[in-house]
Amino acid sequence: MKDYVKEKETQRKRMKRDTIILGITLIITIALLSIFPDRQETVITTSWDFFIEMILILPAVMVLMDLFSVFVPKEMVVKHLGKAAGIKAVFLGILMGSLPTGPLYVAFPMASALLKKGAKISCIIAFLSAWACIKIPQEMVELQFLGPKFMAARLVLTIVLVVIMGILIERLIEWSDKKQILGGEEDAGI
Amino acid sequence: MNTTAIFINVFAFGCLIFAIIKDQTKTKRALTVALKSFFHILPTVLIIIILIGLLLGLVPQSQISEVVGEEAGFRGVFIVALLGAFLHIPSLISFPLAASLLKSGASVTPVAVFITTLTMIGVVTLPLEIKELGKKMALLRNGISFVIAIVIGITMGVIL
Repeated sequence: MKDYVKEKETQRKRMKRDTIILGITLIITIALLSIFPDRQETVITTSWDFFIEMILILPAVMVLMDLFSVFVPKEMVVKHLGKAAGIKAVFLGILMGSLPTGPLYVAFPMASALLKKGAKISCIIAFLSAWACIKIPQEMVELQFLGPKFMAARLVLTIVLVVIMGILIERLIEWSDKKQILGGEEDAGI
Repeated sequence: MNTTAIFINVFAFGCLIFAIIKDQTKTKRALTVALKSFFHILPTVLIIIILIGLLLGLVPQSQISEVVGEEAGFRGVFIVALLGAFLHIPSLISFPLAASLLKSGASVTPVAVFITTLTMIGVVTLPLEIKELGKKMALLRNGISFVIAIVIGITMGVIL
């Protein structure tokens, strides 16, 4: 409960800061436009076009994000990923990571809980990377602004490389843990 | 309204109907939070949109393509990758920014690299990540993600 109040407080502060920055940006823009009056039209129409493109999808994206975060609770994600095994765990990690939403730092405590539960490291890495990079609402904004080809190419490449990275990091950590244990035994004189 | 925007809205609407059928109170809660997050992100969206207008209207295309265009080469890609790793802006907003860069003479590789490092790597949140996951895992994840982002960007530059 205390966390919730604190979260609300920081959110209010952040919004206040953003509004101030917006004001400063507006003042600078007006100043720049009065220095370069011949550029006024280009700047205004460009901003307007991007604004329209954004406002057409932003409410839908927000609704999707919060529907996912309410209907796919964190505990459920942790429960499912905690007991997954093998290469399936990696893909489940990607799938689960692409559903819920919020900034990446929200996912760190979840990943930490998964680590304690003994989930596979490849799965945790896949989960974190998917959370960061291939969330469904985020992909939709990419589709809107950068087109289907760009979005699909980046999505496929990211999934493939994230799977490889997950397995690689798991091997590296297992290898270094093993070395540490062996080293420790040698030190103990065994 | 383009087809993508229609598709996104229809998809969101479909999910909303499904959610209402499943659980009305949860849906109501989600919608209230969504309304709040919409207004929370709005100032940032407006800032970026104004900056995009200024970028496309005031900065000559030749200058943009010098930094992030074909002739920028590997050094340009590397700088953009670092920039993405250090900046801490919401990923939703990175896409219109990327689109505006592409429109004004940037090539695919640096733009793809920028989006990928921006979303996957967080230098600002690294201390938190180390605290939660340990030094080894956090550094490996961020380091390898950096390499991956460059690989993704170069591959996309070749195929698109």
